[in-house]
Amino acid sequence: MTLQSDTLLEISPLLRLQWEEAQQRHVMLYPEGMIELNDTAAAILELCDGTHNLTSIVEKLEQKYEASGIEPDVREMLESALNNGWIRELVAQ
Amino acid sequence: MAGSENSSLSKPRWLLAELTYSCPLQCPYCSNPLDYAGLGNELSTEEWKRVLSEARALGAVQLGLSGGEPLTRRDLAEIVAHARQLGYYTNLITSGYGLDEARIAELKTAGLDHIQVSIQSPEKLLNDKLAGTESFEHKLDVARWVKQHGYPMVLCVVIHRQNIHQMQQILEMAEALGADYLELANTQYYGWALLNRDQLLPTREQFAEAEAIAQSYKEKVKGRMKIYYVVPDYYEDRPKACMNGWGTTFLTIAPDGMALPCHAARELPGLACPNVRDSSVREIWYESAAFNRFRGYGWMKEPCRSCPEKEKDFGGCRCQAYLITGDMTDADPVCSKSPHHHRVTEAIASAHDSTADKPLVFRNSKNSKALTG
Ligand code: SF4
Ligand code: SF4
Repeated sequence: MTLQSDTLLEISPLLRLQWEEAQQRHVMLYPEGMIELNDTAAAILELCDGTHNLTSIVEKLEQKYEASGIEPDVREMLESALNNGWIRELVAQ
Repeated sequence: MAGSENSSLSKPRWLLAELTYSCPLQCPYCSNPLDYAGLGNELSTEEWKRVLSEARALGAVQLGLSGGEPLTRRDLAEIVAHARQLGYYTNLITSGYGLDEARIAELKTAGLDHIQVSIQSPEKLLNDKLAGTESFEHKLDVARWVKQHGYPMVLCVVIHRQNIHQMQQILEMAEALGADYLELANTQYYGWALLNRDQLLPTREQFAEAEAIAQSYKEKVKGRMKIYYVVPDYYEDRPKACMNGWGTTFLTIAPDGMALPCHAARELPGLACPNVRDSSVREIWYESAAFNRFRGYGWMKEPCRSCPEKEKDFGGCRCQAYLITGDMTDADPVCSKSPHHHRVTEAIASAHDSTADKPLVFRNSKNSKALTG
């Protein structure tokens, strides 16, 4: 699946993204399972809140980490999240 | 007190709270202990809340609410609300029997994350026979309501010789109900299932056929419905990595407060499982003899001790080893390297030869008392 740069993204309602104090990391929780996230993945997924698209996620992260040229990595991560059903595209009503 | 000796031990991630042994159904494959009817009083609401808080503080994050039938606890919504507020992901594991829309909504408000409904068979007659209760239409309604109320819907079907020929219909039913996940749980032989093994264990050919059907259906529903397949360990060469290793990940609390490191650990001789009425969850997890008994590899005998695969399967299930060989320190006899492996092949042969008229023993209090005095 290819991702359009301007489609708003949100976490799938079947999952919950949460900080786990005991593990000192973010996790994605779903029926009877859990995915442990690294910091980068968590930073990207936290921005999938229904108000950001690929372009604005990249902008925000480039500001936050004072980085540039991260678009391909972010795109790759988001596309795989989309294919895994972790996030979904918000369809305009 | 948490000493430094504890720092190398992993934390419980999964808490399975068996809230009650009451159940309106009578499934002959139930994994509850045979003597459940004679076990002690159920934990109170306040005791459960304390257990949930203590386990969460240790790092537990997935919470399974099961039983028995957890819906028979009138305080279920209160327990769910407490769990949600602590940050658990709460899974209700239910037969659906006794669930109506008002209660589904009430649980949603309390913060329940997910409901897993189990159906015995896609065919009314067989469903009702196996459940020992007329429940088929009601379960279908429950599955639809679960979906309508915005929960991820997990349908669970326990697979055995009485329904394995219905694999195609099971898959079609799950798809028609809009299940997000379908769990095809091949029966694990503990408790009542072990008692009824001759009537429940399918043949190798039946397994192969059913698995092929499920595999090809996986492709068809890709992206819409995830299919989990719990493998039939009797037909494997290697045992399951039971509980992901003893005392590493899973903590089960039985209705009477007994803390179990594995399904049937209550029955293991001399293990003396601790009770949350006597100790804190922290003491149980880190310090109890029972939870430490099979941690690591030091307890192993041959062939496991020198086996290069021991870090993969941890020697299999301690309860299954005990139930089949009589020695809980043996390799799980499912393993083809086990000197007791022939007992598993004999069990398969015995199921194969068993006459159809040997009756199933249903899981109910009358049978529980009759069997265990
Ligand atoms: S397996 Fe059947 S009898 Fe056992 S607790 Fe579940 S619904 Fe009740
Ligand atoms: S011998 Fe023991 S450790 Fe090795 S594969 Fe068999 S059960 Fe696992």
